[in-house]
Amino acid sequence: MSTLILLLATGLGLGGLYFLVASGLSLIYGLMGVLNFAHGSFLTLGAFVGLAAGNLVGAGTWGGLLLGLVVGALTGAAAATATELGLIRPLYDRHIEQVLVTVGLSLATVALFEGIWGPNPRNVTRPGWLASTTDVLGARVPNTAFLNVLAGAVVLGGIVAFLRYTRYGLIIRAGVENRAMVTALGIDVRRAFTLVFAVGGAAAGLGGVLATQSLNYVSPHMGASLLIFAFIVTVIGGMGSLTGAAVASVVVAVLQQLANFYLNNTGDLIVVLLLALVLLVRPSGLLGRPA
Amino acid sequence: MNRTRTLLGALGTLVLLACLPLLALPVPGVLPGYTYEPGSLQLLALCWLTAALALSYHLLFGLAGLMSFGHALYFAAGTYGLAIVLDRTDVPLLPAAALVLVGGIALAFVVGAVSLRVTGISFAMVTLAFAQAGNVLVRRDQGDLTGGEEGLALATAGVPDALVGVVNTRNLYWLALAVLVLVYLVVLWIERSRAGHMAAAVRENEVRVRIIGGRPYLTKLVVFVLAASLATVVGMAYLLLQSGASPATSTADFTLTLLVMVVLGGVGSRWGAVVGAVLYTVLDQRLAELAHSDAVAGLPAVLRIPLSEPMFLLGTCFILVVIFLPGGLAGAAERLAARRRPVPEGAAA
Repeated sequence: MSTLILLLATGLGLGGLYFLVASGLSLIYGLMGVLNFAHGSFLTLGAFVGLAAGNLVGAGTWGGLLLGLVVGALTGAAAATATELGLIRPLYDRHIEQVLVTVGLSLATVALFEGIWGPNPRNVTRPGWLASTTDVLGARVPNTAFLNVLAGAVVLGGIVAFLRYTRYGLIIRAGVENRAMVTALGIDVRRAFTLVFAVGGAAAGLGGVLATQSLNYVSPHMGASLLIFAFIVTVIGGMGSLTGAAVASVVVAVLQQLANFYLNNTGDLIVVLLLALVLLVRPSGLLGRPA
Repeated sequence: MNRTRTLLGALGTLVLLACLPLLALPVPGVLPGYTYEPGSLQLLALCWLTAALALSYHLLFGLAGLMSFGHALYFAAGTYGLAIVLDRTDVPLLPAAALVLVGGIALAFVVGAVSLRVTGISFAMVTLAFAQAGNVLVRRDQGDLTGGEEGLALATAGVPDALVGVVNTRNLYWLALAVLVLVYLVVLWIERSRAGHMAAAVRENEVRVRIIGGRPYLTKLVVFVLAASLATVVGMAYLLLQSGASPATSTADFTLTLLVMVVLGGVGSRWGAVVGAVLYTVLDQRLAELAHSDAVAGLPAVLRIPLSEPMFLLGTCFILVVIFLPGGLAGAAERLAARRRPVPEGAAA
C-alpha cells in the first residue's frame, strides 16, 4: 500500500514537470501550428541561469531557490521571445521551415551549453527540506514531488485564468479557434504569438529549475530528455488542448512510475505503447478536436 | 543528347570514385591523407553510407512529404540486428543480412501502420516516440543483448575475411560505394514508378488523391516501409564499416542530423540529399579537428567556446540555410544556372 502511494505521489510530481514543458508546447502548437523543438533548450537555459542566480544569494537556501525560480522563468521567457521574434516570425506561416529552424536551434544550443558548462551533469545543492521526505500514510514521499505538483497546479491555474479573464487570453483562444477570422477582425494576432511563446518559455524555464531540484543535477541534456516525454504528453492529450496536456501529464507520469516498479523498468516503453493505443482509438488525442 | 551527357558524366564520376583506393591523390583540407590511405577511405566510405541513408530519408521527406523523426530506428535495426545475429548465432553474413532485412521490414510495417494514422506534426512526434522506445531498449541492454552505452562490437566469425580489419578498408569502401549506388538506383526507380508519382501526389494534395480514387494511406505506408528497409540495408553496411554498433545511431538527434543533411542539400532533390550528406559528414569531421587545434585554443572564451562545438556551427549554418536559402544547395544551384541560361525568345513574361 505504502509503495503504491509513493509511486502515485512521485508520479504526480513528475507529471507536474511534464506539464510545465507540455503546456507551452501545446499552446504554441494550438495557436501557431509550430512544433517547438527548441523548448527543451529554454528549459536547460532557464535551469542553468536560474541556478547561477540562486547561488549568488546562497546555494541550498529558500531565498536562493525562489530567486532561481523567478530568474529561470524570466530567462526562459526571454529566450522564447527572442526565438519567436528573430527566427519564427520571419518565416511567417511556413510551418515546416519554422519547425526546421527550431530543430537547428535545439542542436546548436545544446552544443553551446556543452561548450559553456561542460557535457557532464553537475550536482546541485538543495534546501534541506527538499532533499528529505515526508511521511504520507506510511510512504516516504520526496518533498520535491509536492513542490512540482504545486508548481504544475499554479501554472495550470495561472494560464487558464490568463486565457479566460484577460483580453490577450481572449485573443489567443480566438486565434486557436480560427486565426484567419481574428486577423480579419483587425486584431494583430502576431503579438499574441510572441506572448504565447513567452508564456511557454517561462513555464519551461520554471520547469528547468524545478527539474534540477528533483533530479539533483543540472546538465545540458536535461531539456532534451524531458522534451521527448512532453511531446508524447502533448500528442496523447490532444495537440493544442491545455487541459488535455494536464490530464495526459499525470496519466503518463503515473503510468511510467508504476510500470518502472511493477513491470521491470519498462516505464518508457509502456508510455510509447499508450501513445500507440491512444492514436489507434482516438487519432486526435484524449481531448483534442477531431481533425 | 543532354540526357546521354548526364548519364556519361555520372558514370565517369562513379568510375573515378571506384578508382580512388588505387590512386594517391591528396585532397588537403578534406581528407586526412592520400586517397588510398585507410583513414581517408574510412571517411569517404562514411560519406557514401551517410549519403545513402540521407537518400532513404529523402524518399520519406522529399518525395512523400512525411517528416519522420524516427528514421534512426530502422538504421539502428540494421546495425544492431545484424550485430546481434552475428554475435549470437553461427549464421553466415548474407543469410543473416537477409534475416535482419526481413525483421526491419516487419518493424517498419507495424510502426508505419500505427503512426500513419495521424498526419503532419503528430506523425513526426509519434515516429519520434517509437524511435525513442528503440533507443531506450538499446541502452537498457536487456539480457546483455545490445551492450548498453558501450555499444556492440562486430563478431567477425561469420564475416568474410575480405571485409574485416584496417587492411581491407578498401573493400569496405567499395561496399559502401556499392550501397550508395544501389540505394540511389532504388530511389530513382521508386520515384519514377506509379507508387512514386502517387506519393508525390499525396504530398501535394491528399484530399484530391482520395477523391480521384487513390489510397493515400496505403501509398504512404509503401513509401515508409521502402525507406525504412533501405535504412536497414545501410545500417548493416555501417556495422561492417565501423565494426560495431553504437547507441548514438539510435537517438532522435541522429534522425535530426539526417533532416539537416536533406534540408541543407535541398528538399526534394536526390543530388541535394547526397551532397548535403557528404558535406555534413566532412564538415563534422573537419570542424571537430578545428575544435582541437591550437589556433582555436588560443582564442578568447567568447570565440573559443562556439568554435570548439562542431554541432553549434552546423546548427547555425542550418538555421541560416533554412531562412536565407530556401531550396538548400540544390535550389541555389538551380537559381544560378537559371540566371546564366539565356532566356528563350517569347518565353520572357
